[in-house]
Amino acid sequence: MLGAAVVIFLALLLGLAADLVYQAAPAFAHFGFAFVTGTQWNPVTTSYGALPFIVGTLETTAIAMMIAIPIGLGTALSLAYLLPKRLRLVLGTAVELLAAVPSVIYGLWGLLVVAPWSRTIIEPVIGFIFGHSGPASGPEIGIGLLLAGIILAVMVLPTMVAISRDVLMAVPSEQIEGALALGATRWQTLWRVVVPHARTGILGAVTLSIGRAFGETMAVAMIIGNTPSLAHSLFSPAATMASIIANQFTEAVEPFELQSLIAIAVLLLVMSLLVNVAARLLVRSVGRTHVSAA
Amino acid sequence: MVLCVICVALALIPLVGVVGYTIVRGAPVWSADFFTHAPTPEGIPGGGILNSIVGSLIIDGMAAAASIPLALAIGLYVSQSHSKIAAGIRFAADVMAGIPSIVVGIFAYGIIVNTMHHFSAIAGAFGIAVIMVPILVRASDGAFRTVPGDLGEAALALGAKRASIARRVLIPTAASGLFTAILLAVARGAGESAPLLFTAIGSQYFTASPMQPMAAMPLTIYLNGIQAYPTLQRIAWGTGLLLLLFILILSVAGRTASARLGRRA
Amino acid sequence: MVDQPEVASATLDALPPAAASSEPEPESILMLRKVSVSFSGKLAVRDVTFDVPEKRVTALIGPSGSGKTTLLRALNRLHDTVSSARVTGSVLLNGTDIYGGALHPTLLRSRVGMVFQRPNPFPAMSIYDNVVSGLRFNGVRKKSLLDEAAESALIAAALWESVRNRMTARAGVLSGGEQQRLCIARSLAVEPEVLLMDEPTSALDPQATRRIEELIDELSDRVTMVIVTHNMQQASRVSHRCAFMLMGDDRAGELIEVGPTDQIFGSPTDQRTSDYVQGRFG
Ligand SMILES: Nc1ncnc2c1ncn2[C@@H]1O[C@H](COP(=O)(O)OP(=O)(O)O)[C@@H](O)[C@H]1O
Ligand SMILES: [Mg+2]
Repeated sequence: MLGAAVVIFLALLLGLAADLVYQAAPAFAHFGFAFVTGTQWNPVTTSYGALPFIVGTLETTAIAMMIAIPIGLGTALSLAYLLPKRLRLVLGTAVELLAAVPSVIYGLWGLLVVAPWSRTIIEPVIGFIFGHSGPASGPEIGIGLLLAGIILAVMVLPTMVAISRDVLMAVPSEQIEGALALGATRWQTLWRVVVPHARTGILGAVTLSIGRAFGETMAVAMIIGNTPSLAHSLFSPAATMASIIANQFTEAVEPFELQSLIAIAVLLLVMSLLVNVAARLLVRSVGRTHVSAA
Repeated sequence: MVLCVICVALALIPLVGVVGYTIVRGAPVWSADFFTHAPTPEGIPGGGILNSIVGSLIIDGMAAAASIPLALAIGLYVSQSHSKIAAGIRFAADVMAGIPSIVVGIFAYGIIVNTMHHFSAIAGAFGIAVIMVPILVRASDGAFRTVPGDLGEAALALGAKRASIARRVLIPTAASGLFTAILLAVARGAGESAPLLFTAIGSQYFTASPMQPMAAMPLTIYLNGIQAYPTLQRIAWGTGLLLLLFILILSVAGRTASARLGRRA
Repeated sequence: MVDQPEVASATLDALPPAAASSEPEPESILMLRKVSVSFSGKLAVRDVTFDVPEKRVTALIGPSGSGKTTLLRALNRLHDTVSSARVTGSVLLNGTDIYGGALHPTLLRSRVGMVFQRPNPFPAMSIYDNVVSGLRFNGVRKKSLLDEAAESALIAAALWESVRNRMTARAGVLSGGEQQRLCIARSLAVEPEVLLMDEPTSALDPQATRRIEELIDELSDRVTMVIVTHNMQQASRVSHRCAFMLMGDDRAGELIEVGPTDQIFGSPTDQRTSDYVQGRFG
């Protein structure tokens, strides 16, 4: 009976990959490798290139990580060691619960609450700092690449904080005492001993967050503008692989349009699998070093 | 130290902001009618989200009914086996949990919608179930493994068969952990909208047939939230608050159950 | 300052040494006065008073749970990190009460180092970085100073020859005994006045244990050591003085007797001491 369950599970997993590839096959066959490198996405001329969405996915994720890594690490350290005990527990639980807030609610908040602030405060300030040129050029409309990055950062923070806090707390107390016994201050102990000791696990937390940001769909689809072209500014509307699928799937009626969207899903699946396998191996190797150190 | 307080504040303020705004914008929308009526046609005032609430319950109920027995069986298997296969399945479940939900939606579209040639609640439920399975496998594996090994051995020594050990010893002992696993997985499934976008697809009408397109709360939030009309945005906020409450209650209940388990162990 | 109870009074500097000795009795570098430690209100060590002579090895012996580790950790304020722990009484380092507020715990710990039961090199650092970590914590940046200190600490820890060609390797590549000597070198590099050692050989094989014991012997003319051990042979081999602890009726550890090592093992004054050391030897 259990064996049957396992077979169903594996069939599900393999079936998912096979079904996607099968559905996308016509697009891959027709466009070849140019599908990955093409920058045009135009149903009218039947030209489909996924590069704008691949780049959009990488850009929003990069923005999110630049914001989330320092804040997340600082928060994790506070929750693991720095705040008063009782506060650690309360805030830690709060962060974990917030991880349960659905993506579509972040999207709603991002679109209806944060986007106006983005238009009137965040983008003008960043535009001013960069002299309204380069990455900060163009009209400041609120939604777009930058807002998607910011909201993604907020969304991955609970995961990043919860995992990093756990690996930081798993640093053996003899390591901490070893540093203290040499006359290290609390900061030195944290930065030079605790964080380096936990670095693999923290890297795992970051990688897992990257995987989450890659695949995040609803919130991004609601706030990025879903424009199928390469963004030339932080303020440009853009699209990620997941957002363009959510946005156009039900309206895809032209030849190859639906197959091309599914082909993007195949690419997204491959990227997510790579990142997730890496993350799991990293988080797992943490478990192993703990064992071997004992 | 100051830096850390800033980090904590920067991390928590937006998170609290999401919840806070959902409450502030959603609560005024609530009324008895909001919960007891289906939507009115566009332009006509009144109406509610009864169809979305019932739709979510039906879709998530079907997803739970399909995924829980399957995933718990797998969890039981991997928890009791030390084979390479068990380790592989654990890893596969971890990786499967990282598959983007939109990709799962396309899978459900390809398998169910393409076969039936129309959108349906059951296709949405299939997508949600695929999301829930890996979560349930890992959590139930963990719950089964907290059962002390000697309990199973003691039962074996009494001449019990493997199946009855599972039924009489493992499942009752792991019960509260399994309960937590189920609550957290349902909470996760209930919040997903991407797998429903082109499966259940949403509906303006009240329907209980799993073979028909169906509304669900996450879809209602998305489809109304992106509209430029304040009346529709209000519906999105009101639905958002209900969904958020539902999910937070499930999560808190799940945590409380597992905390109690932790104390007993 | 508190009156000195009888057990310890026999060992005051002013009095002639109990055992016949050609050397003059050295100064006391650490003086414990009525030191008690409790966890969440429950007493683990009660009213311990004795003196630690400078440039000598003092062994803390006693059965498991008698509070040896707990007492040792009170000497460099490591209990500060445990929120349930409370230390009362005073510990004088060269006359200054370490709990008096005049000495910052961080500075104290660079003067009173510690080697732990299980070797705990920092695994993310190289061998070299481990040895100089204490100096870096204390703000030393100059490469030449660090190199010099690393070499002399490793020589003192009898590790120089085996690691000089792989200073950039991770500390994890060393054997258990080498790791422990690395931890000793790491502590020595800070040039502490006192080195506390909590069963430093209990996780090592006999061969590695012997090398650590030889090392303790070699170091004893440059640093004061307080070593916890429940290996009686080890205590008799490496220490000049011995303090014997035992659990009281309420399970709090107490000091039973302190004196020169040959006296504790040869003619202890307390019946409980003699029972313990003979039971252990036999
Ligand atoms: N961190 C702590 N919290 C509570 N009790 C402790 C702690 N550390 C030690 N104790 C208690 O102090 C007593 C003495 O322990 P310890 O000093 O480790 O003994 P020894 O090192 O002589 O074996 C034990 O009863 C132990 O339970
Ligand atoms: Mg001890």
